[in-house]
Amino acid sequence: MTRTAFEHQLEEIQEDMLTMAGLVELAIERGIEALKTRNADLARQIIADDLTINRMRYETEDKCLELIATQQPLASDLRTIVSVLHITVDLERMGDHAEGIAKIAIMLADEAPLKPYIDIPRMAEIGMRMLMDSLEAFKQRDTALARAVCNRDDEVDALYEQVYQKLLGFMIQDPQTIQRATYLMWVAHNLERIADRVTNICERVVYLVDGHIEEMNVSKY
Amino acid sequence: MIRERLEDILRERARLQTGDPQMEAAEAAPPAAAAPPAAEDPGAALRTEGLAVYYGHFQALRDVSLQVPGNRVTAIIGASGCGKSTLLRCFNRMNDAIPGFRLQGAVLFKGQDIYERGVDVVDVRRRIGMVFQKPNPFPKSIYENVAFGPRINGYEGRLDEIVERALRHAALWEEVKGKLRQGALTLSGGQQQRLCIARALAVEPEVILMDEPCSALDPVATLKIEDLMRELAKEYTIVIVTHNMQQAARVSDWTAVMMMAEDRAGEMVEFADTRSIFTNPRDKRTEDYITGRFG
Repeated sequence: MTRTAFEHQLEEIQEDMLTMAGLVELAIERGIEALKTRNADLARQIIADDLTINRMRYETEDKCLELIATQQPLASDLRTIVSVLHITVDLERMGDHAEGIAKIAIMLADEAPLKPYIDIPRMAEIGMRMLMDSLEAFKQRDTALARAVCNRDDEVDALYEQVYQKLLGFMIQDPQTIQRATYLMWVAHNLERIADRVTNICERVVYLVDGHIEEMNVSKY
Repeated sequence: MIRERLEDILRERARLQTGDPQMEAAEAAPPAAAAPPAAEDPGAALRTEGLAVYYGHFQALRDVSLQVPGNRVTAIIGASGCGKSTLLRCFNRMNDAIPGFRLQGAVLFKGQDIYERGVDVVDVRRRIGMVFQKPNPFPKSIYENVAFGPRINGYEGRLDEIVERALRHAALWEEVKGKLRQGALTLSGGQQQRLCIARALAVEPEVILMDEPCSALDPVATLKIEDLMRELAKEYTIVIVTHNMQQAARVSDWTAVMMMAEDRAGEMVEFADTRSIFTNPRDKRTEDYITGRFG
């Protein structure tokens, strides 16, 4: 085996990306937890931790640039680096969406809940599952899995629609709920965006394996 | 369990980030480039101070001040005739025999000026070995090539062990262990070059100078030597001169960029960590050279 140092660096950027994905998943999970338990401290922690995710994105970008500049990566090596560059941008934005949920959790911490949360945690659950599966598809270079993950975006879209209608109903019935319901719409919107960004990751898996870019799921939203 | 590990990562990084106001301000700024070694870096293996070299009336090098970090690979790059090899050869006094050679300034190895009167040149060359462009094994057996240096240096101890260790370090042992008595010239070009590296290692040097060590080799043999350089840098200080900019980028930790001035004297235009040289050079001439717009 030649180019062991390069191989090692190539592994490292992928490991960094997977760690980032883990942190994003944790941020989503905690965001929903903070919302459900009206835990403002936890929400503030998520906001602080997002800084770490942002930094990791730039650190990884830096490592990718160094590899491109110094190692003359070609073919699948080059596609791996380009994919990591794109995916880390998506992950960083997903982290921002989780941070958005945390900010709303703070705003809602002192308010009585509108109703028990069911659809929103469900959206988050599917989104997190999609995220982890998309990274699994990346690790395994599995385009079939990537495509399957993309298709689950429709479930998230359907739930988003459902949440939207329900919240609209609350607002029509009782204008007192408008502010809380609007906040929750933002939460749902953040979750919908997260799932959309997972489909970008899946597109990168196909690019990585097949070498072409393909729009795989055009979200309704 | 994964969650715990991620929480550990967050805690650890938060700890690292506190007390770092610069990072707070530039939330997303990439890490700063490593600074070149300070004025008198104790970790520097080799150092030149205002080095100037003349061949008769011709000035080949002007005012080169450079610190070569220990246990790292340092590459010297630049267009033909910019004095790369002249500089490299100053590091173990290989220029001494060239008629008209004259040197000003200083070349220090671990603080000792190697051009000072009374310095034992043979000892300098033992401690600072050299590998050349074309593999140049002696027309002897593989074993004798490696054993030659220790033997003339009067090594006691078991030669077999020295030979094996040097060949292992040069990543050649597995390929030749069954045919040590075979002629060295029967080896392939890449193997011959690794044999020359083993020969240099056998006298236990501290620095290995490599002058275009891969220019006579095919791409696979080249990558093997490059891998070997990375491996050797764990124990030795390596300085490599190469025309192949990509090779310098791939293999080195530090890069010195040299250029020929109008009067044809070689000057060093930039010295920095390799990443900076190839992603964000400070000197416009470096940028032009590495992007192929000059030279």
